[in-house]
Amino acid sequence: MDNHIKNTVEFIERKKDDVMMKLKKLLLLCCLLTVSVLGMAQENKVEMADTMRSNGRIYVVVAVVVTILLGLILYVARLDRKITRLEKENK
Amino acid sequence: MEVPRLPPLQETIRNLYFHVCMWFAMMILFTISVVNAVRYLRTFNQKYDIYARQYAVMAIVLGLLGYITGAIWASYTWADPNKPVMNSFSSIARDPKLIGAAIALLVYFAYLILRDSIQDMDKKARISAVYNIFAYAILFPAIWILPRILPSLHPGNDGNPALDVKNDISGNMRMVFYPAVIGWTLLAVWITTLKIRLSLLKEKKMMS
Repeated sequence: MDNHIKNTVEFIERKKDDVMMKLKKLLLLCCLLTVSVLGMAQENKVEMADTMRSNGRIYVVVAVVVTILLGLILYVARLDRKITRLEKENK
Repeated sequence: MEVPRLPPLQETIRNLYFHVCMWFAMMILFTISVVNAVRYLRTFNQKYDIYARQYAVMAIVLGLLGYITGAIWASYTWADPNKPVMNSFSSIARDPKLIGAAIALLVYFAYLILRDSIQDMDKKARISAVYNIFAYAILFPAIWILPRILPSLHPGNDGNPALDVKNDISGNMRMVFYPAVIGWTLLAVWITTLKIRLSLLKEKKMMS
């Protein structure tokens, strides 16, 4: 296609345009990358500061242990009441 | 003790010794329950029926504890930290592992309802023993097979749930985990034996 161009100035102009396009694309890519990296950085920071997520979320483990202990203790306490009732009936 | 440092889990990886052990103990107790149901059907000894029932009840308790602890764990690891926990509920509740476990537990709730709704002693024992075997047969597809086929948030999609040494836990966590399973199971078995002794006493009193 460039063979048909008689004017060399026009040819140079066209080349310039090409380079500009490439530069623009590169710039856009850079922009997008920065935005995404920034976004990720923000996401890391937003690690919520409430108690359950503090100290490496150790309080979640505490909550789980307390739940299991409470569950088992309540269950055994109910069993204890049943046994007491049976003992009273036997007297 | 040194544990693997994984991004969403952080220290909550230690829940492995509690949450996962609950489910392991539950499976062991359901197995004991079905063994006793079969023993009842072979001998028609009322004792085994009581064994089967009490082991199933304790297993359900463990399953519920496993479910609750799982809910707590999930709400601080799977849920979106920028929104209230309830907003993530619909996406978490769709998880096939949760649904499978819910089905298994509901089947066992039905076992209790069925067993306690029949008045006649022999009929009650026989029907519930047969139902126990069916329930056990649905338990394993529901909690082992189905969740492994479907994509899930829960760790261990292909392979052992959360017990893969390469991705999930380290060898020294296993050294704590397996004794913990045995310990929780023994605790559950002890509570069950208390319940069994209680109901055997009740039975004896009713007979006399």
